[in-house]
Amino acid sequence: MRTPLGRVRGLGSAKSGTHHWWMQRVTSLALLPLTLWFVYAVISLSGASFAQTRNFIGHPVNAVLMLALIGLTFHHINAGLQVVVEDYVRAERSRIGILLLIRGACWLAALISGFAVLRVAFT
Amino acid sequence: MATFTLPKNSTIGQGQIFKAEPGAKDVRAFKIYRWDPDTGDNPRTDTYELDLAQTGPMVLDALIKIKNEVDSTLTFRRSCREGICGSCAMNIDGLNTLACLKPIEDVKGDVRITPLPHMPVMKDLVPDLSQIYAQYRSIEPWLKADTPAPPDEERRQSKEERAKLDGMWECILCFCCSTSCPSYWWNGDRYLGPAVLLAAYRWIADSRDEYTGDRLDNLEDPFRLYRCHTIMNCTRACPKGLNPAEAIGKIKTLMVERQG
Repeated sequence: MRTPLGRVRGLGSAKSGTHHWWMQRVTSLALLPLTLWFVYAVISLSGASFAQTRNFIGHPVNAVLMLALIGLTFHHINAGLQVVVEDYVRAERSRIGILLLIRGACWLAALISGFAVLRVAFT
Repeated sequence: MATFTLPKNSTIGQGQIFKAEPGAKDVRAFKIYRWDPDTGDNPRTDTYELDLAQTGPMVLDALIKIKNEVDSTLTFRRSCREGICGSCAMNIDGLNTLACLKPIEDVKGDVRITPLPHMPVMKDLVPDLSQIYAQYRSIEPWLKADTPAPPDEERRQSKEERAKLDGMWECILCFCCSTSCPSYWWNGDRYLGPAVLLAAYRWIADSRDEYTGDRLDNLEDPFRLYRCHTIMNCTRACPKGLNPAEAIGKIKTLMVERQG
C-alpha cells in the first residue's frame, strides 16, 4: 500500500559506491602493464629450472611486482564479481552471503599466492 | 535471481488476424501485442493487414487507422503526433522509439509492436509508469536555491552556462532509454535509470542551482547510480538523439572529483 515515491526513496542513498567504482578503474589501469610484464615473465621462464625461477622471483623488483600483481588482481576480481552479483542476485540475504563468500575466496587466494611468492623468494 | 524468462501468465499466444480489404495494393502486416486485464487471458499477438497506400507514413498513423477503422479495442497512448509529448513510446521492430517519429518504411517486413519492455502492462501498449514518474520526482527536478532571485528580474546565466544544458532540456520523458537498459530491467526498483539520471544531471549542471552537493549525495549509491555499466542502449534508443550515457558519465566524474 506504500506510495511509489515512498518505495523509490526507500532507505535513502547509501552515500557510497564511488570508491568501489573508482578502484575498479584504478586497478584495471595498474593491471594493464603488470599483466603484460607477467605474461612476458612466464614466457621467458618457460623451460627454466627451479633455481633459475627462484633467482628471478628472488630479485627484489620482480618479487615486489609479483606481489603488486597478486594484490591488484584479486582486488579487481572481487570488485568485478561484486558488480555481477549486485546486478543479478535479487534476494537480499543470498546477495550478502555470496558477496561474503567471494570476498573470502579472493582474500584467501591472494594470501596463498603472496605467501608462495615470499617463500620462493626467501628460500 | 533476476528473472530472464516470462512468467507463465505472460507468455504471448497467437491472436486474431485482420485481413486487408480486397483490392489493397501495398499490404503490410502489423503484429501488435494485446493484453486485456479484464479477461484474465494471456497476452496475444494480433495481426492487422493495412494498405499502406491508404495509410499515413508513420507507425502511429497505422495504429490510429487500426483503432478508427479496424479494431476500436486496440489501446495505446498518443497525443501530439510530432515527437514532443512522449506518449507514444513503444517497442517497434525491436527498438524502443516514438511511434509518431518512426516511418513505416524504415521497418523491413512485418511491423512488430510491443509495449516498452519490462514495465507492468496496464492494457495492450500502455505501460504503468507510476514508479518511473516517482523516480523522476525523487531527484527533485526543479531549481533549488537559497539566494532569492533578483527583484523584478530572472536569475541570470552566461551564454556558456546556458549552453551546458543543451542536450538535456530536450528530454521529453518518453522513457525509451530507461526501458531499453538491462540494468534498469533487472534492478529498476532501485536503479534510477538513464532518463532520470539525465534529468538529475540537467539540474546538477545548472549554474543557477545551489544544491549540487545534495543532489550528488542523493545519487551516490551502488544501486541508484552505479548500476550503469555504460551499455549505451539508452543513447541508441533515444528518439530525440540525446546521450543519457554521457550525462551519467559526467555524474560519476563529479563523484570522483568531489572526493579530492
